[in-house]
Amino acid sequence: MAKTVVQEFTKGLWAEIPPFRLVLGLCPILAVTKSVENGVGMGLATTFVLVFSNVLISLLRNVIPKRVRIACFIVVIATFVTLVELLMQAFTYPLFLKLGIFIPLIVVNCVVLGRAEAFAAKNGVVASFADGMGIGIGFTLSLTALALFREVLGNGTFTVPITGATFSVFGPSFQPFSFMVEAPGAFVCLGLMLCIMNLFGNK
Amino acid sequence: MRELIKLFVVVTLFSSFSGGLLAAVRNGTQERIEYQQLKFVKGPALLQVLEGCSNDPLVDRFKISDGKTDRNFFVGIFDGRPSTVALEAFGKGFGGDIGVVVAIDLEDDKIMGIGVTTHSETPGLGSRAKTDPVLSSQFEALSIDEQFKVKADGGPIDAISGATVSSRGVCEAVAASVDIYRRLKAEITEKIKAFEA
Repeated sequence: MAKTVVQEFTKGLWAEIPPFRLVLGLCPILAVTKSVENGVGMGLATTFVLVFSNVLISLLRNVIPKRVRIACFIVVIATFVTLVELLMQAFTYPLFLKLGIFIPLIVVNCVVLGRAEAFAAKNGVVASFADGMGIGIGFTLSLTALALFREVLGNGTFTVPITGATFSVFGPSFQPFSFMVEAPGAFVCLGLMLCIMNLFGNK
Repeated sequence: MRELIKLFVVVTLFSSFSGGLLAAVRNGTQERIEYQQLKFVKGPALLQVLEGCSNDPLVDRFKISDGKTDRNFFVGIFDGRPSTVALEAFGKGFGGDIGVVVAIDLEDDKIMGIGVTTHSETPGLGSRAKTDPVLSSQFEALSIDEQFKVKADGGPIDAISGATVSSRGVCEAVAASVDIYRRLKAEITEKIKAFEA
């Protein structure tokens, strides 16, 4: 463990920001980023799962036998995902309705399993917590950025997360570029953002 | 062999802990989840049909088991008396089931109002059953002994033009809730007394 805790945290924000650098977890990125509110909600739900599963797996890393580690990781992750699902139903029901199937699908999000396998299973609790936080926040930021891009261009609106208030960005005469909020628009947006990310900081 | 047993024990322990934890959380949140579902799915239509009531019909509700299903009844308190009950039933529309809440006045057995909760009708045509009051307002103040049918079927209800099937579905749902109401009226009057202030 040459890196400090701070480095473990900050690497998730830029150097290893999940969808752009690791190119993992693209399914929710493409599917839920139709509006900023959905993007932030999905990002936070994933962060929650990531942090808790990282910490728990790191705590139990010496107990889990090597040969069944993936099964154990999945049980831990699925538990936290179901927890999030229940809590979202209880406290943020409208958001839960919008995200729908993508909440249970966090179980198979490769970012979460990837961090468990590649990091938490080999590192201490504090480092794993920092890693989970960093990657989670990085994931949330990417979803938000992509969603912002798509929602503003494709719908001409901006939805404030949590409050749900919607603003019209370009005024009523704006003709929505609706390609952006459809599925192909997600691919194009993601491709452009990957391109921009690679133009900057090609380390 | 020892190794194998260890694998087995670890996975079993993991799964049981996870199962236990989730069951506990589910128990803890169940009531809230049910309330949230009612609030966001049925809430808007319910508040519309029970407009002017002094209580929160989502909180003041009771269940009566009707055969195999438990039915939810929502109480509307007007002028300090729990005089109205609202219930939901379904009818077959054009694109699937149409859910309708019907508020019925217990004292004179008249319909106070109806509102569509869930539907999958054609946007712009059948969906007007929910958004346009032209259909739902026709049910107001009708007696429950009325025939709930559209004019094409010999009843008093004017169907939405272009959406006869959807209008028929709404009528069917209203007739179904009136049926339930008739069948369970004794129990409803019994249970609703608990809400008298």
